[in-house]
Amino acid sequence: MIVATATRMPPGDAAPAAPTPIIELRAVSKIFSARGRDLTVFDGLTCGIAPGSFVSVIGPSGCGKSTLLKIISGLEPATAGEVRFENRAVAGPPKGMVYVFQQYTRSIFPWRTVRGNVEFGLRARKAVSRAEAHERCEEYINLVGLDGYADYYPYQLSGGMQQRVCIARALIGEPAVLLMDEPFSAVDAMTRALLQELVLKIWDKLAITILFVTHDVDEAVLLSSRIISLGRAGTGIAQDVMIDLPRPRDQIATRAEPRFTALRQQLFSSIFMQEKTGASPPPSASPGEMPGKAT
Amino acid sequence: MTRRWPGFLLIAVLLVLWEYASAEKLIDPVSMPRVSVIAASWWRSIAGGPLLHAILPTLGRIFAGFALAVVVAVPLGLLMGSVSLVYRLVEPITEFIRPIPSSAYIPVAILFLGIDNEMKVFVVFVACLFPILLNTYGGVRSVDPVLIDTGRTFGVTRVAALWRIVLPAALPSILTGMRISLGIALIVAVVAEMIAGNSGIGYFILDMQRVFRVPEMFAGIFTLGVLGFAINFVFLGIEGRLLHWRGTPAET
Repeated sequence: MIVATATRMPPGDAAPAAPTPIIELRAVSKIFSARGRDLTVFDGLTCGIAPGSFVSVIGPSGCGKSTLLKIISGLEPATAGEVRFENRAVAGPPKGMVYVFQQYTRSIFPWRTVRGNVEFGLRARKAVSRAEAHERCEEYINLVGLDGYADYYPYQLSGGMQQRVCIARALIGEPAVLLMDEPFSAVDAMTRALLQELVLKIWDKLAITILFVTHDVDEAVLLSSRIISLGRAGTGIAQDVMIDLPRPRDQIATRAEPRFTALRQQLFSSIFMQEKTGASPPPSASPGEMPGKAT
Repeated sequence: MTRRWPGFLLIAVLLVLWEYASAEKLIDPVSMPRVSVIAASWWRSIAGGPLLHAILPTLGRIFAGFALAVVVAVPLGLLMGSVSLVYRLVEPITEFIRPIPSSAYIPVAILFLGIDNEMKVFVVFVACLFPILLNTYGGVRSVDPVLIDTGRTFGVTRVAALWRIVLPAALPSILTGMRISLGIALIVAVVAEMIAGNSGIGYFILDMQRVFRVPEMFAGIFTLGVLGFAINFVFLGIEGRLLHWRGTPAET
């Protein structure tokens, strides 16, 4: 989908008028060169993300989901093309956009308490008085359900709790966009369900755009307002689906909807077929994991 | 401490055996006096002053040289670990100087700095420098890139990240380097005192041997053992406090 930002759509032209995208990818290309071989992950990818949306990126393994998120975040440069955030070109991580890593154990600061970690997210971008910082930390620690754990160190917390700390740390600076890279892939199924509820609650409560990378189609359907399904590396967007399931979403009720099953089926079968055919070439020629993709 | 009693028991048994062997003349009681005799002369040397006055200069040299080494090696190690040009510039010199035993610098240091404190502090400084430097840049280079990226996503600049992320993440490794250095510092300080000057435990031990006051000589050696143990004990305590966030006791 190509979105022009310079010429804003006149009101009433399209019904409903597409809002100016908060994130825009303009002909983004990414080529990894390793051992003299080039691997094209994206070749002129163009798309826009509407403010306030919850967009999940799914796709077969090695398709560049995480790489896409890294490029949008400014952590990794694109080979060609441009990423724009709030109408400014992204060169390095911009203010107002925070990345939540898949590997929370490696992203949390082990020498800081829960409060210390959360406070890092607050004070990193602006100066805040000590008293205000304390109050805000308390608020966000409670938001992610860690009441009473403010003075604990990461080693004293379970994996799910550590990821909650990382989420609170990301949210406290009130970013416009939260980028989440398979944030729940390393926790057990029940913890994941609880964390999914937490993210839904946060998205409902705060005016925030969430870009969410996952390999779990069910998770994407449950959470998202839109799903971008990437094809195999270099082939771009395979499907772009609006998820019109009613809100508030619910772990039990939403999953029971026939529409949920239909959407899940449609997306899953497309990815599954790609994974299956993608497995056929000899291993030496297959791209495998993206160099930029965390495992 | 309670779990370490077998080790202390062994020490006691060995001392009793020594006492017995020396008293029964199974070993030469002149060059290996009885433990009780050594203990008595230790007490006289400490209470009377000569040994007590020897401890302070040695400790002073160790800590002065060590502190200087920390001040130089930690920032340099941080730079080497995070700026590739600095690493490539300094690393070959480091690898060349490092294998030279620090005691080999003593003659040179005497030429330039004389036989007093300056020379000994300098030699301790050189000896302490490399373990701290190597462990610092090793620690910096093994800081998880995800941690750095986390800082970047919060807008932490490279320079600010050195202080806020790299230093605390590399701290366990830096402290290991410091602990190794302290052990070496004691060795080098004593050697330097034996070679030149007229103060410190090294000088005391050598002096007592020359005038054939063997119990006092042993008293000096035992004092070194106690001193080394005490320094390590205190440092482990500091290390444990600084690294309590790891949740495991510091390795010994």
